[in-house]
Amino acid sequence: MPREITYREALREGLDEELARDENVVIIGEEVAEYNGAYKVTEGLWKKWGDKRIIDAPISEAGFIGIGIGASMLGVRPVMELMFYSFAYVAFDQMMNNAATCRYMSGGLINVPIVVRGPANGGTNVGATHSHTPENIFANMPGLKVVTPSDAHDAKGLIKSAIRDNDPVYFMESTVLYGLTGSVPSNDELEEGELIVPIGKAKVKREGADLTLIAHGRAVVTCLAAAETLADKHNIHAEVLDLRSIRPLDEEAIMASVRKTHRAICVEENKPFCGVGAQISSMIMEQAFDDLDAPVLRITSADAPAFYSPPIEKLQLPDPDEIVARALTIC
Amino acid sequence: MASKSVPQSLVPFADAPINQSLTAADKIDLLRQMVRIRRFEQVSLKHYHLGSIGGFLHLYIGQESVAVGSISLLGENDHIITAYRDHGHALSVGMNMNECMAELFGKATGCSKGKGGSMHYFAPDKNYWGGHGIVAGQTPLGAGLAFAIKYKGLKGCCLCYLGDGAVNQGAFHEALNLASLWSLPVVYIIENNGYSMGTSQARSSAFPKEGLAARAEGYNMDWDVIDGVSLYEIRAGVQKAVERAHEQCRPTLLEIDTYRHKGHSVADANAEKYRTKEEIQEYMNKHDPIEFWKSTLIDEGVLSEDDYKAIHKEAGAEADAAAEFAIKSPFPDESEIFDDVYWEVDNNTEAGRSGRHFFHG
Ligand SMILES: Cc1ncc(C[n+]2csc(CCOP(=O)(O)OP(=O)(O)O)c2C)c(N)n1
Ligand SMILES: [Mg+2]
Repeated sequence: MPREITYREALREGLDEELARDENVVIIGEEVAEYNGAYKVTEGLWKKWGDKRIIDAPISEAGFIGIGIGASMLGVRPVMELMFYSFAYVAFDQMMNNAATCRYMSGGLINVPIVVRGPANGGTNVGATHSHTPENIFANMPGLKVVTPSDAHDAKGLIKSAIRDNDPVYFMESTVLYGLTGSVPSNDELEEGELIVPIGKAKVKREGADLTLIAHGRAVVTCLAAAETLADKHNIHAEVLDLRSIRPLDEEAIMASVRKTHRAICVEENKPFCGVGAQISSMIMEQAFDDLDAPVLRITSADAPAFYSPPIEKLQLPDPDEIVARALTIC
Repeated sequence: MASKSVPQSLVPFADAPINQSLTAADKIDLLRQMVRIRRFEQVSLKHYHLGSIGGFLHLYIGQESVAVGSISLLGENDHIITAYRDHGHALSVGMNMNECMAELFGKATGCSKGKGGSMHYFAPDKNYWGGHGIVAGQTPLGAGLAFAIKYKGLKGCCLCYLGDGAVNQGAFHEALNLASLWSLPVVYIIENNGYSMGTSQARSSAFPKEGLAARAEGYNMDWDVIDGVSLYEIRAGVQKAVERAHEQCRPTLLEIDTYRHKGHSVADANAEKYRTKEEIQEYMNKHDPIEFWKSTLIDEGVLSEDDYKAIHKEAGAEADAAAEFAIKSPFPDESEIFDDVYWEVDNNTEAGRSGRHFFHG
């Protein structure tokens, strides 16, 4: 019987297992300990691991992320929670300059094995300040990795890889996904004894021959719904490729799928300008131009700050109907 | 305009136990270290003007006692991090002139293989964590190094240096609060040279008459103000903070009064416009830490003028040889552009081989 757990529980299991595996792993963030996490991802961990390992930080993102970076240079493995990834911007210098460039500027003498994780999504009616999706912004910086799990299985397997990775990993989750369940094998079902999902390997979530939908994070869920409709109502078989990480990017998987289907739509909750899809469509054009039977399309969030009003905000994000409609224009 | 005056009260701190324990050879070695920093920078300045060094060059001339005095107190579990005016700290921790000079020249033999430049020296093997170009950006990192020391149960501390201009950055205040709240063994040292570029302290900071360090009161942190002309005073003052970190695992905020003889960087064309020539001259005459230490040692009968001349000459020759080394060294190979970006890629691990990491053409 495959086990069904939520994305939130899967993350927590991953964190808990890494806390057990390596005594240098610490969790630092606002409300992560005594309050059990603003979104309850870290629930119970403080009770289990205590003050030394699970540390409540004051509202000082630049301060505590900077501390995590400094501590990591001496071998601590900090996993820092941003209550919302939107708050990364007050820690931008630490995350962009210190985490990303110390290795380079020291000629490789230093590495910064940190994880900064938290929800990076819109769609929850919390206004523009709390709805940023900065995966393209951070992926722009060489030296950083950006990971975006779309389901419970990957949330667990990728958080474990992120913690073990020796480079800074910015791990972007979604409050909309936290409560969704998915099948996650328990460790005793696994030959290796634990669930690890490597960073940098995309996953075909649904096979298809007519069109590739390329997505990450929650947009994968949206694409799966669209693919269902395309198959049921239009006899179009879309392949859904979940990138799982933006940087490193599984270019081979993208090109393999596009060469098979000859059509691609990049779907993301990012803003359009220099979004993830912009990068990918340019790569497809350069590398698979002759394989294409139609222009590569991009579906993104509307190019405006997040609207508060619930029915309107909904319209700003990619939805299955929009994907179906755009797909029909090229299939 | 000129708003900085030489501190008057030069209390003798020679009696402090930490200074009593210095042998004559130790004292001469401290002098040698300061002179080496100065000669290194004078030679680098010459080569900057000859066009061999790019970008910025922030000279430490006049401030040498701060790095030499404070770093002379450290042991194996003590760490150092500073801003971009970092040559003095680098030589004080034991980095050699060749690697430091070659870095300025952008050569492959530089301490950062030519990737960091003047502002970004690193030597983790000597507990030296940079060399940071963003004003105050290093201050949370300093608390983080202290966090790691404490986390590992070691008796040590981190000395984290910053300028008088850096005290107004938000990151520094966050770091102060966290350092005190979490009881981290970090010693913040404000190297107060009176100016942040062309802006005097009076024009940049709101502070009580006791000084910038008194801001620590608001963070329930110990603090002290030290006259940086005297190595004895620096060692006595910093030692108390180091002990507090070692014994009580508590942070301290220190302000060391010092002065830069040169402009903000070599490119500072206004170095004599935002401060008077008289002020600069007064500091050079009365507050030069090398002259001050030299006369202290001569008064103590530990040093002769001839000894000093020999030290000066030797340091100059070492710096010239370092410049020779730098000139003769090769530039980095273009192929190194993509090295040292990702640890996993450099080490050719499975993670480093998974997915595309670089996106250029
Ligand atoms: C965030 C940031 N703002 C501005 C600068 C440009 N800048 C470099 S040094 C400097 C002055 C800093 O003065 P201070 O902290 O007193 O240090 P000092 O140069 O005197 O050693 C300025 C404005 C910078 N490097 N980083
Ligand atoms: Mg200054």
